[in-house]
Parts: sequence; C-alpha cells; structure tokens
Amino acid sequence: MTDDLRPDEQATDHVDGGPVPGIPPDQSEWDDSLPIQSPWRIAWRRFKRHRLAFGGLIFVIILVAIAILAPILAPQDPNVVDVSASRNPPSADHLLGTDSAGRDVLSRLIFGSRVSLTVGVAAALSAAGLGTLLGLLAGVAGGWIDAIIMRVVDVFLSFPSLMLILLLVAVLGPSVVTIIVVIAFFEWPTACRIVRQMALSIKEQDFVLAARATGSSRWRIMRKHVAPGVLSPLTVVATLLSAGAILLEAALSFLGLGVKQPQASWGGMLEEAQSLTILKEMPWLWIPPGAIIALTVLAINFIGDGLRDALDPRQQM
Amino acid sequence: MDSQTTPTGEPLLSVRNLSTTFSTETGLVQAVRNVSWELYPGEILGVVGESGSGKSVTMASIMGVVPKPAGKVSGDSVMFEGRDLLKLPPREMRKIRGREITMIFQDPMTAFNPVKTIGHQIAEAIRVHDRRVSRKAARARSIELLASVGVPSPEARYSQFPHEYSGGMRQRAMIAMAIANGPKLIIADEPTTALDVTIQAQVLDVLKLIQAETGAATILITHDLGLISEMSDRVLVMYAGKVVESSDVFSVFGNPQHPYTLGLLASLPRIDTRLDSLLSIPGQPPSLTSPPPGCAFHPRCELSRGRSECWTAEPPLVQIAGPTDHTTACHFFTEMDTEAGRVSAMLGVDVRSKAES
Repeated sequence: MTDDLRPDEQATDHVDGGPVPGIPPDQSEWDDSLPIQSPWRIAWRRFKRHRLAFGGLIFVIILVAIAILAPILAPQDPNVVDVSASRNPPSADHLLGTDSAGRDVLSRLIFGSRVSLTVGVAAALSAAGLGTLLGLLAGVAGGWIDAIIMRVVDVFLSFPSLMLILLLVAVLGPSVVTIIVVIAFFEWPTACRIVRQMALSIKEQDFVLAARATGSSRWRIMRKHVAPGVLSPLTVVATLLSAGAILLEAALSFLGLGVKQPQASWGGMLEEAQSLTILKEMPWLWIPPGAIIALTVLAINFIGDGLRDALDPRQQM
Repeated sequence: MDSQTTPTGEPLLSVRNLSTTFSTETGLVQAVRNVSWELYPGEILGVVGESGSGKSVTMASIMGVVPKPAGKVSGDSVMFEGRDLLKLPPREMRKIRGREITMIFQDPMTAFNPVKTIGHQIAEAIRVHDRRVSRKAARARSIELLASVGVPSPEARYSQFPHEYSGGMRQRAMIAMAIANGPKLIIADEPTTALDVTIQAQVLDVLKLIQAETGAATILITHDLGLISEMSDRVLVMYAGKVVESSDVFSVFGNPQHPYTLGLLASLPRIDTRLDSLLSIPGQPPSLTSPPPGCAFHPRCELSRGRSECWTAEPPLVQIAGPTDHTTACHFFTEMDTEAGRVSAMLGVDVRSKAES
C-alpha cells in the first residue's frame, strides 16, 4: 500500500502502517456511533432553533419557488396592456386590481420577484466575491498591498453610494445586468473589511503556525486555512448584502432607473405611487409591492441574524 | 539512553552562534543570545529552562518560522545535513519543514484547524510535500498513521473534527502528523503541557516508541525536569536566551555544574522524602530587553554574592574535565560540589539524583 505512495524510499520506511508494537491504544471513552459533528451541521442545528430566522428562510424559499414557477402561478400575462381596464380595484378577475396600463397587479408582483431575487442574490454574491478576494489579499499579504486596498475601501465607503449608483446606471443604461454590476461595485468594501479582519485574526492562530511548520506556502495557507475560516462571517455579510441590494434595486426602479418597462419589478410598480392621487385613493397599486419588498428584506435580515448567531463559535449550543 | 558516552560521528544539526531578537515597543528583546549546540542522529535532546528562556524561539529560528518582521534571526550557521538552514531560500526551506524537520506543538487543540477533520489535516501534511500522492492514497496513509499511534478505530476517526477527539488522542494525532513524512528530526515543544498526568504518561510512551521506531532525532522542549530525565539522552539548560549547561542526562542531574541547574533540581517536589518547604530560586527571570551584565543569572545566584566577576564578565561555556562532554557557563563551577552539598544539607535530602531511567 505504502509503496505506491511515495516513489522515493526513506519517507515511508520508518512506520510501515499498523500499530507500532508496544503502543497501547488510547483509552478515552468515546462513543464511536455518534454522528460526526461537522461545524456546518452544528450551525444548522442552532439556526433551526432561531425561530424568526427559520421563518425567514421558509418565506424566502417560498418566494424563490414563486419566482421559478411564475409563468405557472401568474393568473394573467403580466405585460398585457388593457387600457379599458386601467386602475381597476381588486376584483375576481384581478385579485389585486390593475395598474395604469390595465395590467394585472398580482401577476406583475409574481413576475417582479424574479428581478428582485436575481438582483439580490447576484449582486450580493459578486460583491462578496470581490470583497473576499481583496480582503484576503489585504489580510494575508499585509504591508503596502494592505494599505492600498484599505484606502480604496475607505474612499468607497465615504461616497454617497446611491448618488453614484444612479449616475452610473444613467450612463450605462438601465438593465438587470447593469444594476447587478453597479451594486456589486459599490457594496464590496463591507465584505472586504470583514474578510480582512478575519484573515488577520486567523493568521495569528496556532494552526497557521503549524501549517507553516508543515511546509505549507503562504498562498496554500490562505487557500486551505484562511479562506475557509472567513466563510462563516462572510455568509452573514452576503445575506445582509443581498437584502441591501434588493432595497437598492427597488429604489433605482422607483426612480425610473431600474429594469426597463414593461418588465415587471417591485420597485418599478412603486413608481406609480409617485402620484398623490394614487397614493391616496388606489392603495392596491402600491401596498402589495411595498409590503412584499419590506417582508422580503425583513426575512433576509432575520436569516442574517440567525446565521450570525448560529455561526458564532462563542455562542452556547 | 543507556550509554553514558558522548555521541560520536557527524552531528545531524549543528547550531553555531544563533541569536534571535524581536523589536517591540519597549525595545529590542534578545530572546536567544548567541547559542551553539549539536544534535546527533537518533538521540533525544532535552531542552529545559523557565518560560522566556528562549527554548521555543531557538526552535522557531531553526525552523524559520519566527514571526517577521518583528523577529530577526542572525548567527553563523545552522547546519542540517550539510545545508545551512539560515541561508536556504524560502522555497527550499519549505521542503525541509514538515518533511525532514517536523514539529509537535504544545496544545493540539489550537494547532489543529478546528473546522477541518483530523484526517484531512494529516493527509494535507502528506500532500503538501508530494503532489503525486493521490487523495485516496493520502487518506489510506493517514489512517495507517492514526493506527500506528494508537488512535482507536482510525477509519472512523479520520473523518472526525479536532473537538471530537480527547486531549490525549489529539496529541497522538499530532504525533502521527509529525511522522507522516518520515522526518529526520522531530521538535516536540512541550508536547504534554496541555494534558493531565495520566494522559501525559501515555502520550510520552507513544512519543518514545515512535521515536525508537522511526529513529528520528528528537528535541524535547519542556520545563518538566522529570520528563527530561525519563526521556532524553542529553540535556541543554537554557537561561535568559543562553545555554548555561549541557551534558548527558546523568551528569546534569547527578552532578549539576551550574547554580541555575542546581536551583531547578532543588525546587522539585520529592516523592522519597518529606519536605517542609520547597526551595525556590529567588528573584525573577531577567528582562530580555536589558539582560543583566556579566552572567545573566548573577542577581539570583548564591555563588555570586560579593563577587564582582559575576556582573562584569560574561562566563564562557567551558568544557569540564571528565569522561563526559559536560559544559557549563559559570565562573565558579569548581565550587558547585560544595554548593550542591550545602543546598542538600539545607533541604535534608541530596538533590543530586542518580538518575533512574
């Protein structure tokens, strides 16, 4: 068995497998039938105990299902204009009424979830990815690389990002992809800071010294020890970032710089509520999208909270 | 262990005038000051000294894992099998670390990554040095290693995390990892400090048998004199970053030639006699930012009372005439026999043990 491991002799010659004669086995009492307690499994168990977070997770799962099954679930085509049925209150035909162009609000709400969730997930993942890359680089390399990256982070965090996002979207032209890219471009510094901080503290751990003493290179240690170590705070940040991204997308759409009409999005549906008459007299046009945005963001934030508690090693089980 | 003669032949490791300093806010800490010693193939070298005497830093310097940029290693050479570790490029040094020289850490709980399985980490130690080893083969080898150090049901234990191991088992796994690549030198930095006494004994047995099996030279760092007397062939006594005495284990324990060594022996609790109180070495370990002039031990030394030589001149490490390779760094080592007699009379028991092995 050992022979094909290492072509070069010496290494395996000394201990050729099996117990070394004379070494008594460890006598610790330990139940081998116990399931393996991986850190993620422990976290999942704690997470389930967090009721709000668990509820939030179920809400988001349902939302995802709705987004995927939108064509089946939507009672009408969300983009069919029927000027004769403009701004009708809820009825049997249109459960949540119709908008100014006579489109079914419920169907638009269902299809709108696609935009919101896509933007939320994609923007958060890109922001977290970029932030992790730069954060690891800053934390592990240190020195001037660290200094430059962190100053860039400071600059990004000191700009009013909504203004710049508006500007960029206006210049690049609104589309789902643009929105995702622009949001990620402005939200990565949060992730970067947290990853860097984690990397700095992991770097000082004994097991990193042990890894160095084993002959691992700096980059290997970064890949094998530091990167997995930042994963748990990163999960929390990414979750909260996605809530923020959904809000930003809604804000952009509300300001008319979101996805192009007639594609439905929650923020875009709110755009109509810019008129005082609608605000006062046609609540079916703005309460449903407003409420669903609020609920989604709340649910995601609860999940983030739950994750934070579940992944905190200092927390009691 | 049973031969009292000086080891002969080429040393495996030869440290020449090694110094390590750390620049801190309070000044330059001279953690290791100009130490020289040898290690011969197959022997167990015990390194004793109180906390901060430079034991661990010496080893970190040899391994090239002194934290930078605060730490700075200088010296003539650290020769390991014809290569000077101080001048080796980092790439070459990485090949030696974990393959030819490995370490066993004090606290296996923190030296293992808590979010990775033990088996994974041992396999990683193998694959770091040889990418040709497949994951499957590394796994098989790791399981063999776990079995060899007496970890029960190694197949199942392979996939367990450090927190699912008991303390003793973790240290066994640590030993398994240290011997994974067939090292020529194992540095064990206080390998049993984090364990309770019964487990300590078990782990030491494992270490001893593994050492005998692999034939790797071993450096055992500890402040436990009992451990040293039981395990090692030769002893280095360190104080304030310097080697103050070195010899085979029997000479050091039976015939200490430095007042500090004598102080350590006299402060041990004894199982054979009832003592009213334990002797302690007066004072406290010296500051390493500004070590005392002359002999660093002089402020705490009985022999130095009223002798200006002790604080003006630094005593060199000299060879003592005799059958063994016994060295000491004391101006007045010729008075050590009388001094040992005085301390023994005070305690009512001879502190010089005829080391039982």
